[in-house]
Amino acid sequence: MTTGTVSVPRAHAAADAGRAGFGLLLRSEWTKFRTVRGWVIGMFIAALLTVFVGLFAAGNGSSNCQTNNVVLHGKACLPYIPHGPGGEVVTDSFNFAHQPLTGNGSITVRVLSLSGAHPDFGSNGGVPAGGSGPTLTPGLMPWSKAGIIIKQDTKQGSAYAAMMVTSSNGVRMQYDYTGDIAGLPGSVSAARPRWLRLTRAGDSVTGYDSADGTHWTKVGTVQLTGLPATVQVGMFATAPNYTQTSTSFGGSSNQGAPSQATGVFGDVTASGTPAGGTWAATAVGGGGPMTGQGVAAGQAGPSAGPRAAGFTHAGRTFTVTGSGDIAPVVAGAASSLPTATIEQSLAGAFIGLIAIVVVAAMFFTAEYRRGLIRTTLAATPRRGQVLAAKAIVAAAAAFVVGLVASVVAVSLGVPLERNNGSVVLPVSALTEVRVVVGTAALLAVAAVFAVGLGAILRRSAAAVTLAVATVVLPFLLAALNILPSGPAAWLLRITPAAGLAIQQSVPPYHQVASVYSPAGGYYPLPPFAGFAVLCCWAAAALALAYVVLRRMDA
Amino acid sequence: MSALMTAERAGTMTGRRAGGVGMLDALHAEWTKLRTVSGPSWLLLGIVALTVTVSVAAVGATSCPASMRCAVDPAKLSLAGVQFGQAVVAILAVLTLCNEYSTGMIKVTLTAMPRRLEMYAAKAIITAGVVLLAGAVAVLGSVLAGNLILPGHGFTTARGFHPVSLSYGPVLRAAGGSVLYLALIALLSLGIAAIVRDSAVSIGAALAVLYLFPIMLAFVTDPTWKHRLDRWTPTNAGLAIQATTGVRNLPISPWDGLGVLAIWAGAALLLGGLALRFRDA
Repeated sequence: MTTGTVSVPRAHAAADAGRAGFGLLLRSEWTKFRTVRGWVIGMFIAALLTVFVGLFAAGNGSSNCQTNNVVLHGKACLPYIPHGPGGEVVTDSFNFAHQPLTGNGSITVRVLSLSGAHPDFGSNGGVPAGGSGPTLTPGLMPWSKAGIIIKQDTKQGSAYAAMMVTSSNGVRMQYDYTGDIAGLPGSVSAARPRWLRLTRAGDSVTGYDSADGTHWTKVGTVQLTGLPATVQVGMFATAPNYTQTSTSFGGSSNQGAPSQATGVFGDVTASGTPAGGTWAATAVGGGGPMTGQGVAAGQAGPSAGPRAAGFTHAGRTFTVTGSGDIAPVVAGAASSLPTATIEQSLAGAFIGLIAIVVVAAMFFTAEYRRGLIRTTLAATPRRGQVLAAKAIVAAAAAFVVGLVASVVAVSLGVPLERNNGSVVLPVSALTEVRVVVGTAALLAVAAVFAVGLGAILRRSAAAVTLAVATVVLPFLLAALNILPSGPAAWLLRITPAAGLAIQQSVPPYHQVASVYSPAGGYYPLPPFAGFAVLCCWAAAALALAYVVLRRMDA
Repeated sequence: MSALMTAERAGTMTGRRAGGVGMLDALHAEWTKLRTVSGPSWLLLGIVALTVTVSVAAVGATSCPASMRCAVDPAKLSLAGVQFGQAVVAILAVLTLCNEYSTGMIKVTLTAMPRRLEMYAAKAIITAGVVLLAGAVAVLGSVLAGNLILPGHGFTTARGFHPVSLSYGPVLRAAGGSVLYLALIALLSLGIAAIVRDSAVSIGAALAVLYLFPIMLAFVTDPTWKHRLDRWTPTNAGLAIQATTGVRNLPISPWDGLGVLAIWAGAALLLGGLALRFRDA
C-alpha cells in the first residue's frame, strides 16, 4: 500500500488544492478518454447504431391501399383522423339520437338495458362465410357503453361530457376523451336500472346518477371551455373493437373487428331543447350499428344495407345501437389505427446502449489491464475522486453522443413514420424534450453504472456481461413475450432496465382496453420512476465501487 | 530390426519437430488450457443453468385454458431458454480466445504453435465440442421440463398437442438442432473474437449480433422486411430449427435456417482466420 502512505500526509496538506485538483483530474480523465481511438470509435458506433436502427424501425412499414384502381402509399391511405380538444388523437364514433340544446338545460334518462354483439372468431377466424359481413354473436366488451351526452356538435373530436353505463365498469362520467370519473358500480338490468342526468350551466356540465330516480348523487362537474350557446344533447351507444390477442412466445398477434352496443332508454326528459322537438339519429364518425348475420332483429334494427340507422322508439322507450368508441387512441399492436409513437424512432438507443456500456466499462477496466491504475492512483491518491472523475467523463460523453443521436433519430424518424401512413400520437413539446433528453440521460446513467461495475469487477468481460445482462436482457425477456406479463413487468420495475421507461411518450388509459406491453411502448413504471430505479442502481454500483477501490489493493 | 525401428521413430520425431506440433497436440493443448482454469467450467455450468431456468420459467408460466385455442408450439416453448443460454455460449467462446490476448498468453501460444490456423482450428473444435456437450445437457433438461410440466397446463395430447418427447421426430429435430445451434453460436462468437481481439468489445459485438435482430423484429412492421429478417439473420433463421408446428408456413424451413446460421458462423470464422493469419499478434 505505497499509495496509502503517500496519501495520508498529502490529504491534510493539500486540502485547499483539492478542488483545483479535481478539475485537473477531470481533465486528465477526459484526455485518457478521447485519446484512445477505440473508445472514440465506440462512441461513434453507438451514435450510428442508435440513429440507423431507429430510422429503420421508424421507416420500414409503408402501407399500401387502392382507391379507384389507383394504388396509394403511406399517409394517402389514412382515413380522417379526429383530434380531441386537448390535441390528442381520438376515436369518436357512436350512434347519437340528439336534439339541439340552447343555453342552459338538462337531460335525464333511465337506462333499462345494455346489450351487444361482436364478431365470432372462433368458428372461421372472423372471415365471413357468405361475404355479407362477419358472423355476430351476442356479447359486450368491458367498455361497451350507452348513456347521455352533451356535445359541442356532431363533428368528430368536438368537446363533450357524458354520463354512461358500461358493461363491466359501472356508471362513468367521461369528458373530452381522456377524462373519466367513476359513478355507481355494477351493471344495468331491467330489474336494476340506472338513472343518469346531465345539466349544463354555461361552460360547466354536471353529471348525476341514481339507482331509483329520486335519490341523486353528483358524479362530477367538468368545464368545457368555449362551449357554444347551442350544443347537441341526447342518447348514445357505442362499443370498442372486439380484439383477441393471442400472446405466444416470441410475439403476439391481434385480430380485431368492430363490435356494437345497444342501449334501451326510458323516461327521457330534457329541458332547454326546442318545444316539441324530435330526436334525430346521427351516426357520428360512421358509428352506426354493424351489418351482420345472426343478430336478433330487435338488437340491431334492420340489417340490410351498410350502417343501418340503429335508432327506434316505441312510446317513451328509445333504443340506440352504435359501434366505435369515444376515447383516446392508444399505441400498440391492439390499436384500431396504425399508430406510431415518437420513441419508436429511438428504438436504436437500445443497441447503442450496448456500445456505450462496453466503452464505459473498459474506461475503468483498461486501467487494471495495463497497470495504469498504479500511475493514476500515485498521481491522485484520493481514489474516490478518480472514480468520480471517470464516472463524470463517461456520463458526459455518453450524454452528448446520446443527445445528438436522439435528436437526429427523432427529427428524421418521425417524418418517416408519418410518410409511411402511421398516425404519430402527438405529445406536448415538454414530453418530447423529456423523451429525447431522457434517452441521452439513460445512456449517461447506464455509462455510470458500467463504470461502477468495471471498478468493482476489474475485468472488462465480466463488467460488460453483467451490464448487458441487467440492462438489456430484462427488456428482451419482456418485449419478446418470453416471460408472461406478470413476471416481465416485475423485471422492468426492479432491474436497471426500468430506466427505459423514460422513453414512453404516451400514457396508458384505463378506460381503453388494450395490451399495454413494453413491446407496444408501455412500461410498468411511470417514466421518471423507472429512470430513478436505474439511477439507484448506478448509485449503488458507484458506492460499492468506492468501497472496493478503498479497501482493495490496486 | 530394432535399429530400423529406432530410426523410424527418430524419423517421425524429427519430422514432427520440423513441422512444429501436430493437430492432435494442438487439440490437447487447447483442451488442457480450457480444463485447467475455473472460468470455462463455470460458464459451461452457466449455459446449462440459464437455459434450463428460463425454459422452466417459460413453460411454467404458460398455460392453455380449456376455453381457448392456443397458438403455442410446445417444443419451441420448452426450448425458450436456448435464447438466453446462447449469451453464455457467446461469452465462453469469446473468452477462450480473448483471454489469451488480455493476459499476453497468446505470445506463448503462438511461439509453441506457430501455425496459427492450426491453433485456431483446435480452439474452434474444442469450444464447439464442450458447447455441444453442455448444450445437450441444457436441451435435455429443457425438454424434460416441457415433457413434465406442459401436459398439466392444458397442453394435452387430447387437445392436439404432441408431447414434448424425443420419440416424436420433429421434437427430436428441434432438440438436436438446438444443440447444433448453440455450437454454431459458439463458432460465430469465436470468429468475432478473432476479428476483434478485445474481450469486452467482442462480447458486446457478439451479444449485439445475437439480440439486435430479434429486437428489430419486434419493431419492424413491414412484411417484406419481417420476411427478410426472419430468413437471413443468424438468430432468427437459426431458431427456425425449434419449430414443430406450422412448419410449412415458416419463413424459412428448419434446416435451411440452421444453414443460414452456419453460413454466418463460417463467414465469421473465415474472417477471424484471415485476421489471425495476417495480423501481428
